[in-house]
Amino acid sequence: MARHDVESEVTGNVWKIQLEVGASVAEGDVIMILESMKMEIPVEAPAAGTLAEILVAEEDQVEEEQVVAVIEG
Amino acid sequence: MFSKVLIANRGAIARRVVRACHELGISSVVVYSDADGEAPYLAEASETVHLPGNAAPDTYLNQDLLLQAIKNSGSDAVHPGYGFLSEHAGFAQAVVDAGVAFIGPDPKWLTAMGDKVAARETMQAQGFPVFAGSQAIADVSEALAEAERIGYPIMLKPSGGGGGMGMQRVDSAEQLENSFFQAQAIASQAFSNAAVYLEKFLSAPRHIEYQVLADNHGNAMHVYERDCSVQRRHQKLIEESPAPDIDPAVLSEVADQAVVACQALGYNNVGTLETMYDQSGSSGFLEMNTRIQVEHGVTEMVTGLDLVQTQIDLAAGGQLPTKPARNGVAIEARLYAEDPDTLLPSTGKLNRFVVPELHSVRVETGFTEGQVVSPYYDPLLAKVIAYADTRELAIGRLVVALKAIEVQGIRTNAPLLIRILGSEAFLSGNVDTELLLRI
Repeated sequence: MARHDVESEVTGNVWKIQLEVGASVAEGDVIMILESMKMEIPVEAPAAGTLAEILVAEEDQVEEEQVVAVIEG
Repeated sequence: MFSKVLIANRGAIARRVVRACHELGISSVVVYSDADGEAPYLAEASETVHLPGNAAPDTYLNQDLLLQAIKNSGSDAVHPGYGFLSEHAGFAQAVVDAGVAFIGPDPKWLTAMGDKVAARETMQAQGFPVFAGSQAIADVSEALAEAERIGYPIMLKPSGGGGGMGMQRVDSAEQLENSFFQAQAIASQAFSNAAVYLEKFLSAPRHIEYQVLADNHGNAMHVYERDCSVQRRHQKLIEESPAPDIDPAVLSEVADQAVVACQALGYNNVGTLETMYDQSGSSGFLEMNTRIQVEHGVTEMVTGLDLVQTQIDLAAGGQLPTKPARNGVAIEARLYAEDPDTLLPSTGKLNRFVVPELHSVRVETGFTEGQVVSPYYDPLLAKVIAYADTRELAIGRLVVALKAIEVQGIRTNAPLLIRILGSEAFLSGNVDTELLLRI
């Protein structure tokens, strides 16, 4: 089973987490929404599978390229 | 005149107001969050007040802290800038109730123009042109009936909104049925107001706005239009005055209608009437901004009138200045801290930020080299405005300036701006809100 790291494309903070661990996702599904510079930036699943880990909580700060979730599939 | 102005804002506009205060011989008080502690205008201001934290609700939107700072600093006026609390009627009223002048219109105009449906009706009643549209709509059957009357395609918009947020195009009754509840939910979440309304959809319109000035003694005038058609995600990228390639008589007629409306209403201080101008040559009211605009510098460059100083003077009870003539062409490009390809925000330390002095170029920025561009606020790094006798030369000077500004440590949209300014579509003056899709 392949593990896919899900990375944040920006520095900002976590506004809303849309899915729960264990959810099955299709490629492109929105896992969470970040906020940076007054913009909402969706974090999408890079591959289909199961959402194995969510590594951040709402209101957490994240850095560019930080791994925020892991998908197994 | 005032003796001390507190600036309830940050970045380029805070610095711009500090400069205007200095020129008028007025002390300025700047507030700053943790992330803005290194901003260059802190040293330029007479006094500073720290607002602990970073998130806007804790700092620049924190009315209690700001009102305390106004009181403690002994300020006799507040400049709200743009964004943040600049169009918040409750804050403006609280300032006035504290016996302090609000540098803007009477708070009732913030309420009147904040509701987009009511604002359109107010302006329509004064004879200002509007496009077909609906009242605020509560249920889907009413929306369907109104859409039928206006004719598809239509725009579905949040009544409490502005700045292009939460709008969507709807092409059919079926699509309207599907979109309506979602639009209400978005409006409710973003603006704490679930009301939505419909407007005629215009294909590739131009965004033209009229700068109005009014004193407290019943006099009003305009200082011409600005064309702000070049946008991305409904946010302005490039603004210019005069609007290119439109009959000046047409623009002048709408500008005069704006003055008549503001005068009849008894509006005061500065305001901007934003309109859409469609391919067939007709104009319609979009919204009125009851504050100084980001792009006010464009008008200043072609008229020689200092709008911020004038705004402060009008708030202090001054008379309207003599109407200035307009000469030449000014074009502004908004340099954003964002990736030029993905358009995603780019934050980090400005390892290098060099803004050269160039002939007929004005740069407004709230940043300096070594400072960190944080994710907490909007991505505006600098406004770059070029002036010349002709549009072609102004464009040339603006491109040179954008190439000359050195930025290292973050990415900027300079390559995108340069590409737009060099495009055939822009050079021809054939600008509209969909220009970005064509180049």
